[in-house]
Amino acid sequence: MFSAPLSMKKLSGAQIVIESLKAEGVDVIFGYPGGAILPTYDALLDSPIRHILVRHEQGATHMAEGYARVSGRPGVVMVTSGPGATNTVTGIADAYMDSTPMVVLTGQVSTSLIGNDAFQEADIVGITRPCTKHNYLIKDVKDVARIIKEAFYIAGTGRPGPVLVDLPKDVQQAEAVFKYPDKVDLRSYKPTLKGNLRQIERAVEAIEKSEKPLFYVGGGVQWSGAAGELTRLARGLGVPVCETLMGLGSFPASDPLCLGMLGMHGSYATNTAVCNTDCLMAIGARFDDRVTGRIADFAPKAETIIHVDIDPSSISKNVKVDIPIVGDIRSVLSDMLEVVQARESIARRRPAWAKWHQQILAWQKEKPLYENNHRNGDAVSPLQVIEELHNLTKGDCIIATDVGQHQMWVAQMFPFEKPRSLLTSGGLGTMGYGLPAGLGAKLAAPDRNVVVVSGDGSIQMNIQELATAVEYNIDVKVVILNNYFLGMVRQWQEKFYNTRYSYSAMAVPNFVKLADAYGVKGYRIERPGELVATMKEAFGTPGPVLIDVVIPREEGVMPMIPPGGSMSEMLFA
Amino acid sequence: MPRHTISVLVENEFGVLARVAGLFSSRGYNIESLTVNEDPVDPTVSRIVLVTSGDEQILEQINKQLNKLVSVIKISDFNGVDILERELVMVRIAVDDRTRSELDGIVNAFRAHVVDIGPRQVTVEVTGDDDKIKAFIALVRPLGIKEVVRSGKVAMARAIQLNSDHRGRRESSQEKVQS
Repeated sequence: MFSAPLSMKKLSGAQIVIESLKAEGVDVIFGYPGGAILPTYDALLDSPIRHILVRHEQGATHMAEGYARVSGRPGVVMVTSGPGATNTVTGIADAYMDSTPMVVLTGQVSTSLIGNDAFQEADIVGITRPCTKHNYLIKDVKDVARIIKEAFYIAGTGRPGPVLVDLPKDVQQAEAVFKYPDKVDLRSYKPTLKGNLRQIERAVEAIEKSEKPLFYVGGGVQWSGAAGELTRLARGLGVPVCETLMGLGSFPASDPLCLGMLGMHGSYATNTAVCNTDCLMAIGARFDDRVTGRIADFAPKAETIIHVDIDPSSISKNVKVDIPIVGDIRSVLSDMLEVVQARESIARRRPAWAKWHQQILAWQKEKPLYENNHRNGDAVSPLQVIEELHNLTKGDCIIATDVGQHQMWVAQMFPFEKPRSLLTSGGLGTMGYGLPAGLGAKLAAPDRNVVVVSGDGSIQMNIQELATAVEYNIDVKVVILNNYFLGMVRQWQEKFYNTRYSYSAMAVPNFVKLADAYGVKGYRIERPGELVATMKEAFGTPGPVLIDVVIPREEGVMPMIPPGGSMSEMLFA
Repeated sequence: MPRHTISVLVENEFGVLARVAGLFSSRGYNIESLTVNEDPVDPTVSRIVLVTSGDEQILEQINKQLNKLVSVIKISDFNGVDILERELVMVRIAVDDRTRSELDGIVNAFRAHVVDIGPRQVTVEVTGDDDKIKAFIALVRPLGIKEVVRSGKVAMARAIQLNSDHRGRRESSQEKVQS
């Protein structure tokens, strides 16, 4: 008897999936088993890949997002067909909006049953077509390895995004020889990485000519790993930097050139700077409506708008751009640094730009964010909570937020020094993102402190993942800013709907007891006097902890530019 | 709003038309004419020719979004390009002894063909650009049109560009820049 050489040995489609994931260096999968994906789950049991069993498939997608944002590598999700697959849609859409690399493997009914309304059948490829970067339905076991290779390549390169691979059960069971491709060659997908040098020179010339240059940076800087280049460029030139929600941490908050967040809840000084700049360079940002407000009034004095982005479709989509530069931000900024260093004349511009910077600092003094930090007697200010968690972590932590007022307070008040430190749902605005994202982050960076800041509404959208935190002893500190309201909805109703609170007040469970039921240590803070000691005790407790902090019911996020409005309509109270 | 003809070379795989069509529908853009065919020379690719309308900015977005699709290989936007456009139309027309010769005259003038004859109706195949098709329909309408089917438009850039503006040409020959 001759035994077949190893390279000719046939594996099942399921085994090929697992071998392919191993070849991609996947160390953790977030998932939930079910009928149509069972063959692959069976193969998974024999592999060294860690599997985190979530409590809801949406949780798996946000964990994968948190993992991806911290590690920079695609997060991997594995679920079954039908409801398992449809439950991932929100997380996939979230990852698509925030350019997060993710590979979602879904079980599917056998190819012979597809289209027959079989049990737990859903056309997940059709459903996710508009919210994935690309997706696949594998019909032949011989394609499994190639498609998984392509899925990781597409998810992680260019502008990152989610890729879904649908695996019919019979494809998982069929056999083929496993050979993982060395490289991907897609004639139709070739991201442009190197920026056009002439355009980069034009951009530098425009900056040099300007009196009031400003950088406006978004999440793309972090995905590209370009925070270092950005910091050198901005400091080298002395040009101030404002950041989008997704861009926070790209430039150290402690640097006086850092103006923090712009847009709807950006500070007076930062938005005034945007209104007065004569040369705006957008870097890995996409002119979202929460940033621009009314487009016609955005950066009205900017004679030149430069836009650096890897996605050509982001350029001139919302705002007409004068100097587009398509390319990977890190590569473009490196080239730009070289151009700048070779131009002696640009150094002579520093005094003029220092004057401009002084002007912005004067605006900051004139109208700071939250004068006196809103300390108001017998209630705990949410700003004090954020200040306290900064003290406890010495500023060195990853914060995952949910969506709403607490998210904006964190974005406004927490000084992020490093990239990949704020995990938040920016584009889609997904309540329920925070807790699972925090868990995924902790798995990607076990040595870092991970804090989840949530609201009483948001936390209830995926609170079941506390069970996951307990099962795997994932050490995250969950802080709920509890005002017994859907706070941001309430704020909009107060400002724009004559204080008619239509279904925004909310009864909430006893979070401490709920935490206890899950096996999580719970704390509650109702008065300012309890804040420091209780937070300290909670943060000193190993393992997952939940802290329910009661804040004033009708506190607002200020300042605020009404939706579709402009700087002149900014509300301060 | 001006109309534009766009030719899209795509991977010949299932779902690709849904990706392209979905891109239009999700943004509220209409497709006015659409043809899809496997390339006879290279069967791994298909060519989609579509006609849409929109201003410059919408057109630019359509181009960029099409480029973003992983299954799209190349786009030829014929905006400002001298092109050959053709559409095939079959028209079933009511005839009687009185009108039969009148129809023959129209068919000859348009270099159309009679492809099917019944006792009371004749089916004519006519090929041409928009204007020719419109003129033909206008002339046979009084005779009584029973049924019309149109193939949708196919298009190709002319070998010699006499009247094109340069911008359009450059864009049309631009290789895919991918996000």
